Amino acid sequence: MQQPIDGVLEAPYVMEYTYRRSLGPVMSAFFTALRDGRLLGARTASGKLVVPPLEWDPETGAAIAGLEPVAEEGVVTAATWVAAPEARHLLQEPFAYALIQLDGASTAMLHAVACASLEACPVGTRVKLVWSESRTGSLRDIRCFEPVK
Amino acid sequence: MSEATKPVVKDVTTMAAPVSLKFRARAGKDLSRFLRGMKERRIVGRVCPSCNYVYVPPRGACPTCGCPMGDERVLPETGTITTFCIVNIPFEGQKLKPPYVCASVLLDGADVALFHLVGGCDVNDVRMGMRVRAEWVDEADAELSLETIRYFVPTGEPDRPLAQIREHI
Repeated sequence: MQQPIDGVLEAPYVMEYTYRRSLGPVMSAFFTALRDGRLLGARTASGKLVVPPLEWDPETGAAIAGLEPVAEEGVVTAATWVAAPEARHLLQEPFAYALIQLDGASTAMLHAVACASLEACPVGTRVKLVWSESRTGSLRDIRCFEPVK
Repeated sequence: MSEATKPVVKDVTTMAAPVSLKFRARAGKDLSRFLRGMKERRIVGRVCPSCNYVYVPPRGACPTCGCPMGDERVLPETGTITTFCIVNIPFEGQKLKPPYVCASVLLDGADVALFHLVGGCDVNDVRMGMRVRAEWVDEADAELSLETIRYFVPTGEPDRPLAQIREHI
């Protein structure tokens, strides 16, 4: 506890709910595949490939037709710059948060792009997935994406 | 798949999804005085100049009258349990091993109860009206915290009749 000059005591205060949630059949398969170094998307009845997968077709509410592998390269559809990453961020150096539409996917997924500046990651940039060295079954198993040289 | 060919590595079936909010809490002037009192192993309250209610921990204004509070008052370390509960359920971050007792303790001379722990006796012996006193940590371990009172322990005095504490429950 600090004692500031005005005599009023101050202390850090963290309120945390330490939830652990069950994943269900679809997300369980997705995260298990991530741990094993594979990225899966959900194919809907209308033929769209939703990445990351959803349990239900967002257009009809029907169950998805199945899960299938997705390409590890894609295109940036939107990006913003994180100049001062916090401990909870994926990368500790400044990076771009980007929506990335992987080849063959119908939707874009949010992830980090390791690059020097936002100018290095304009819309349309081709990026490639970089796996984390140790994988546990979380979205952090994808370390980041990086521009394809 | 037969038992023998099942993969050793299990599927990922759950994920950690904590929700966390990080604050810097400011105690305010009166609670700061109270916490400094704790470090000296003293219980500091404050008196309302209008209704003469003694609040502990002290407040800046009387919640009933709305007027600024008056003098500080050091309260004795003895009091009476008004209400209590026995905690039987374990939870994350818990500091004591269940079962233990949380109680509202009406310190002698105070008009509002202080919420704290009761120790030094079987949980089943705790009752409304039971007389208790603060068990302090050693002087060297005293902190700017209510935990400087380890817990309240029974004094062995006769219980206070409920009629005497009823208005403070």
